[in-house]
Amino acid sequence: MALFSLSFLCIMPEVATGHAFPDHSDPKVGATISASPDRVRIWFDSELEPAFSSIMVHSADGKMVDKRDGRVNPSDPTLLEVSVPKLAPGTYRVFWNVVARDTHRTMGDYSFTIK
Amino acid sequence: MTYRTKALTTVFSSGCVLCIALAIILLLPASSWAHGFAGERFFPTTFQVDDPFISDEFSILINRVKQPGDEPNMLTQIDIDYSKRILPNFGLEFHEAYVHLGSNGDGSANGWDNLGIGAKWQFLTNAPHELILSVGTDFDLGGTGAHQIADSFTTISPALFFGKGLGDLPESVKYLRPFAITGVIGPNFPTRSKNVLVDPDTGETDIERNPTTLTWAFTLQYSLIYLQSFVKDIGLGAPFKRMILVTEFPMETCMSADCKGKITGTVNPGVVWCGKYMEFGVAAQIPINSRSGHSVGILGLLHLYVDDLWPKGIGGPIFH
Repeated sequence: MALFSLSFLCIMPEVATGHAFPDHSDPKVGATISASPDRVRIWFDSELEPAFSSIMVHSADGKMVDKRDGRVNPSDPTLLEVSVPKLAPGTYRVFWNVVARDTHRTMGDYSFTIK
Repeated sequence: MTYRTKALTTVFSSGCVLCIALAIILLLPASSWAHGFAGERFFPTTFQVDDPFISDEFSILINRVKQPGDEPNMLTQIDIDYSKRILPNFGLEFHEAYVHLGSNGDGSANGWDNLGIGAKWQFLTNAPHELILSVGTDFDLGGTGAHQIADSFTTISPALFFGKGLGDLPESVKYLRPFAITGVIGPNFPTRSKNVLVDPDTGETDIERNPTTLTWAFTLQYSLIYLQSFVKDIGLGAPFKRMILVTEFPMETCMSADCKGKITGTVNPGVVWCGKYMEFGVAAQIPINSRSGHSVGILGLLHLYVDDLWPKGIGGPIFH
């Protein structure tokens, strides 16, 4: 059993990034803000694969309201962002779906409100 | 052959079997898949209640508690578990435990417990409802552990595992969404119903019954990760924003012999911190009745996400 344990400790880990979890976002998850943002940004704790990562913003009635330019920021591969037009007061939901560099996929959604 | 020599030989044999099995697994090619997720929900590995998913993972659990009985023993147990996916939703699990029983009276006993080998099939993963269901069977191989510590008979334990996040609750109760429950239910069948013990001094015999038992264990979890990422950013900083509050309820009901109908178990309130490659956890272990113990124990968990550490090597299923 000692060998069993040691065998794990002796194997060097590959260069890995693990699952990508959101670290923080702007607007914040569940926040109520007074003015429309010009874009929605989510920072993750891992670098993302641009080709397999997406972000969308929907209005309360389910209509897509973003400018369909969601992308992983070229200069910061942990940042997923999308532009939005000037949004009317209401509740909006952000949907994201990302793949980390090690191919693990995570997804999620959250809302924010403009008063 | 003395008992000590026999025990050492048995331990060595079980260790060799495990090492050979592990070596075979390590040499086989694999690629990376996610573990413990159902939609947005991440189910952590917990302390004493087996998780509902199959993944590539390695755990060390340390348990220190005073055992119940007329002459209480201080138990220190180190559990070592390794799970390996053969298919994306099917895998094998290996577990061993080193046990130290310290007594105030007649010395102490040390040794490896029986080798456990199991298989688990995660047959349902429902992302929108954050639901996972699995079935599995575990074999605790009698005679593979130290004579003083381990049972001499094999125990077979088929079980149903479940995990359910409450992320599909309506917006009006959004702060309940970070809750999740996981659990396992299944019988434990000993392959020998009784042991006949002979007193070497008097020659008198005593019969020890090996009852069938029912394991029913569950956990209640509140994920600060889920709260922070999907419900409301309440401004938690590190390390709290990667924590999950967990309370375990590992219970066992005796189904036969003299103890029929009697329940033993503990309540284990604790917390796990989920990093990118590993988990740490600590929990108290509170007995629910006098049959389960008289004092509070402690549990410590170190858990490695093998599929994240070695995503292109040993961290994935062997066959896709």
